[in-house]
Amino acid sequence: MNKQTPIDIDRAERTEKLQGMGCKRKRVEDIRFTQGKGNYVDDLKLPGMVFGDFVRSPHAHARIVSIDTTRAKALPGVIAVLTAADLKPLGLHYMPTLAGDVQAVLAEEKVLFQNQEVAFVIAKDRYIASDATELVDVVYEALPCIVDPFKSMLPDAPVLREDIKDKMVGAHGPRKHPNHIFEWQIGDKDATDAIFANAEVTIKEMLVDHRTHPSPLETCQSVASFDKIKGELTLWGTFQAPHVIRTVVSLISGLPEHKIHVIAPDIGGGFGNKVGAYAGYVCSVVGSIVLGVPVKWVEDRMENLSTTSFARDYHMTTELAATKEGKILAMRVHVLADHGAFDACADPSKWPAGFMNICTGSYDIPTAHLVVDGVYTNKASGGVAYRCSFRVTEAVFAIERAVEVLAQKIGMDAAELRLKNFIKAEQFPYHSALGWEYDSGDYHTAMKKAMDTIGYAELRKEQAAKRAAFQRGETRELMGIGISFFTEIVGAGPSKNCDILGIAMFDSAEIRIHPTGSIIARMGTKSQGQGHETTYAQIIATELGIPADDIMIEEGNTDTAPYGLGTYGSRSTPVAGAATAVAARKIKAKAQMIAAHMLEVHEGDLEWDVDRFRVKGLPEKFKTMKEIAWSAYNSPPPNMEPGLEAVNYYEPPNMTYPFGAYFCVMDIDVDTGVAKTRRFYALDDCGTRINPMIIEGQVHGGLTEAFACAMGQEIRYDETGNVMGASFMDFFLPTAVETPHWETDFTVTPSPHHPIGAKGVGESPHVGGVPCFSNAVNDAYAFLNAGHIQMPHDAWRLWKVGERLGLHK
Amino acid sequence: MAKTHITLSINGNEVEALVEPRTLLIHFLREQQNLTGAHIGCDTGHCGACTVEIDGMSVKSCMTFAVQAQGAHITTIEGVANPDGTLSALQEGFRMMHGLQCGYCTPGMILRAHRLLQENPTPSEEEIRFGIAGNLCRCTGYVNIVKAIQYAAAKINGTPFLEAAQ
Ligand code: FES
Ligand code: FES
Repeated sequence: MNKQTPIDIDRAERTEKLQGMGCKRKRVEDIRFTQGKGNYVDDLKLPGMVFGDFVRSPHAHARIVSIDTTRAKALPGVIAVLTAADLKPLGLHYMPTLAGDVQAVLAEEKVLFQNQEVAFVIAKDRYIASDATELVDVVYEALPCIVDPFKSMLPDAPVLREDIKDKMVGAHGPRKHPNHIFEWQIGDKDATDAIFANAEVTIKEMLVDHRTHPSPLETCQSVASFDKIKGELTLWGTFQAPHVIRTVVSLISGLPEHKIHVIAPDIGGGFGNKVGAYAGYVCSVVGSIVLGVPVKWVEDRMENLSTTSFARDYHMTTELAATKEGKILAMRVHVLADHGAFDACADPSKWPAGFMNICTGSYDIPTAHLVVDGVYTNKASGGVAYRCSFRVTEAVFAIERAVEVLAQKIGMDAAELRLKNFIKAEQFPYHSALGWEYDSGDYHTAMKKAMDTIGYAELRKEQAAKRAAFQRGETRELMGIGISFFTEIVGAGPSKNCDILGIAMFDSAEIRIHPTGSIIARMGTKSQGQGHETTYAQIIATELGIPADDIMIEEGNTDTAPYGLGTYGSRSTPVAGAATAVAARKIKAKAQMIAAHMLEVHEGDLEWDVDRFRVKGLPEKFKTMKEIAWSAYNSPPPNMEPGLEAVNYYEPPNMTYPFGAYFCVMDIDVDTGVAKTRRFYALDDCGTRINPMIIEGQVHGGLTEAFACAMGQEIRYDETGNVMGASFMDFFLPTAVETPHWETDFTVTPSPHHPIGAKGVGESPHVGGVPCFSNAVNDAYAFLNAGHIQMPHDAWRLWKVGERLGLHK
Repeated sequence: MAKTHITLSINGNEVEALVEPRTLLIHFLREQQNLTGAHIGCDTGHCGACTVEIDGMSVKSCMTFAVQAQGAHITTIEGVANPDGTLSALQEGFRMMHGLQCGYCTPGMILRAHRLLQENPTPSEEEIRFGIAGNLCRCTGYVNIVKAIQYAAAKINGTPFLEAAQ
C-alpha cells in the first residue's frame, strides 16, 4: 500500500479546495433561482415598454382575401398593427431560415399552417394587445390542405409554396415536385442493394418517429429596444445561440452588427426550441424600430406548441440484411421527412437531414445506404433537435428498433445480437459505412456491466414464466424488457463539414485573471439550465489552480462574450469546454514564464502542482497562481506584456461519440393499456466527467423527456390541419407521479481528441431513452406476434393493440 | 377599464393597489408588484410555475384574479428565505440535492413543497410525488426534487437525512 506523505495530504486538501473537475460542486446558479431572483426575458421591464401579440390563422391552408385592421387600431391603447403589407417594403415579410429556405414572418397571400402569424398588434399592455387581435378582420378562402406527408408529392397535390413553385433547385439540390424540399443520400446504393438481394435474412419495418415538441417550461419571448438617436438595437430573447441571432438580425435588418446588442438572460429550458429565429422576434424588432419604444413579445403555451419548432416527424422505412446467425451485413433506410410549411430545420447548413447517417448505430455494419426526402405539408415548420444532436434521436430509434425486429425474426436474444455486432474496442477510431469517424468507445464493457447490474438473465427467465402464465390465463399483465445501446454524435463541429449560415461551428472562451487572482471567463455558448456557470468554472479551477468559487462565468451578452455558435446538440462541453481548457493552458504557459522569473530558475525546472508552479525537487520553492497573477500585473518579466488573459476559438478536429446501455423493465395491463415502468437503468459513457451531480441531473431530465416522447407526447393534426392538443391539457408532460425512478451508472472512455477527454451528456439520455421505452413496449407484446407497434405508447393506443390482437375477449 | 381598490398582505407587507377586474394575480404580482419569482408556464392552470401561497393554500396565480386576493395573505418565493437572509430549508434542499436546472419551475415547486410539508411534515416518496403532481418540471425528472423535499423535511424535523441508496 502506498503511504500518504504530508505532501500528498496537502495536495489532496488543496485539490479539494479548488472544487475542480470531477467533484459534485453545488450550483452557483441556484442561489438566485431558489430565491426567485433569476432574470428571465419576461421579467424585464423597461420604461415605455409596449406589448405585441399575433393574429393567427384558423386555417391550415387558405388564401388571404383581405386584412382590415381598422377596428383593432380604433381600440384605445392600441399603438400599431403590422401586416405583411407593412413589412414588404422593408423586405422583412419573409426571413431566411437556417436550412436555406425562407419563412413568412407575416403571411402575405396565403397561410400555410394553422396558427400561422398574420398580423402583429402592438398595444400599451398585453391585455389590450390580446383584445385587439380579435378585432383584426381577416377574410380567408380555404384551400385543400396536406396533412399526410405521403400525399405531398402526389401528382395532383395542391401546391403549397407558391412563392417558390418555379424554383426547382433548392438549397440542397433538385426538387422532384413543388412540395418536395430536397433529397439527400449517402452510402453505397449498389453494394447495399446487392447484399440485400442475396441475404439469408432481411427485415423491413416502417418506423415512425412522430411529431412532437420540446416545450420548455418557459416559452419563446423577446424584448427589442431600438435607440433612434444612436441607431442601436438591444434585443433580449430566449436564444440558445445569441451570436447567431445577432448576425441574422444584422443580415435581415441591415443594421450594422456592432450596433446590435443581443442578450440572452436566464433561459427557462430550451431543448432545441430556442435555436431558431421566429416571427415574434422579428416583429418585436420591427415594432421597436418603427415606434422607437421597447416592444415585448411573449408566446403563450398554445402558440409555443403549435408554431415554434416541432421536432421529429420522420417516417423511416428501415431494413437490415443479415446472416441466419445474426451477423448484420447491410442497412438500407429511406426517410420521408415532414418539414411542415417552411424548411426551418436548425441543422448545420450542409446537413439537411442532420446527422441521420449515424443510423448504423453502435454496430459494425460494413455497407449501408440512406435516402432522405424532405417534403412540405400544412403544418408548423421546425424540425429541431429536441434534446438531441441533429436528427440523432431519429437515427438511434431506427437502428435500435430494427435490431430488435431482426432478433425476433431469427429467434435470437436481442442483447446477444447486439453483442455480436458491436464495433469492437480495438476498431476505434472506426469509420462507419455512412461516413463518420467514431473517435472512441468500449461497447462490450458497457453492455456487459449493464446486463450484470440489471440482472438480465434473471429478467428473461421471469419474463418467460410470466408469458406462460399469461397464456394459461393466470395473469393479465405483460412484461417487457427494453434495451437500447446508443451511440450519439455531438459537438458540432469541424469546419470542414459544419457551418451555420456560412459560419464555422467553432466555439470560444475568454479567460481573464485579475491581479488578486480571481477570474472572469466568458463563453460563446448559452446555458438553459445545464449549469454552465458551475461547470466551466470547474474546468478552469483544475487547469489554473484557482478555486471555482473565485471564478465567474458569463454567457449570453454578445457585446462581451466572444463569438460562439451557442448551446444545442450537446456542443457546449465538446466545443466551448475544449476552448475553455485551451485558453486556460495559454494562460498557464505564460504563468509558467512569470513563475520562472519570480523564482529565478529556468521554465523547464518548474512543474505544475495543483495550484502552483514549484521547482522540481524543491517542493518548498513555489509560486501559487494567485501570486503569479499579482506579479503579471505588478512586475512582469522584462519584455513580456503585463496582464494574464487568453481567448481561444476552438475548432474541434472531430465530433465526440458518447454512448450508453439502457435497460427498461415494464409491466403492461392488457385490459387498460396502462404501462408501468418497473425499472429503468441508464449507463452512460460521456468520457471525462466534469461534475457527476450535474451529469446525473442531465440524465434524469433527458430520460424524463424520452419517457414523455415514447409514452404519450405528440403534436397531432386532424385531416383538415387543425392542430390537436396544443395545450398542457392534452400534450403529455409527465408529472412526478407518472415519471419512473431513474437509476444511473457509467463507464469512462475519454475522447482522445478533446483536451480534457469530455464528450457531452445532456442529450444522450433522450436519444437512448426513446427507443428503450419503445423496445420495452414492443417486447412485451412480441410473443403475441403484434408486429411493430408505433409510438407514442399511451394507454389508449396500447389498449387498441390489445383489441387488435383479440386479447380482450 | 374601471379599476378596483384592493388591500392585501404580500410577504408580510401591507399592499394597496388599483387593479382592473380582469387582471390576473400572476400579472399583478409580476408586473405591478415587481415580484417576478413566480413564472408563467402555460396560463391554463396545468404547470404550476405560477404557484403562490394564499391564506394557507397553494394557489395557481394564473387562475386567480387579483381582485380575489382582497384581504388575503400571500407568500411568494421572495418571502421564503429565512429572516436573516439565508436560504430556507427547502431552498437549501433544492440546491444541495440538485433539484433544479433551468430554475423556471423552482419558485412554484418550492411554494408547493412548503405547503405540502405544512400539511404532512414527514411525507413518503409517494406522498411527495402526489403532492407535487400539479407542478411540472421539464428539466429534472423529479428524482432530485423528491430528494430536495426529503432533505428539507429532515432538516425542519431535526432528523437525519439519509439519501436513499440507488
Ligand atoms: S402558469 Fe399557472 S399553472 Fe401554468
Ligand atoms: S428546473 Fe427547468 S422546469 Fe424545472
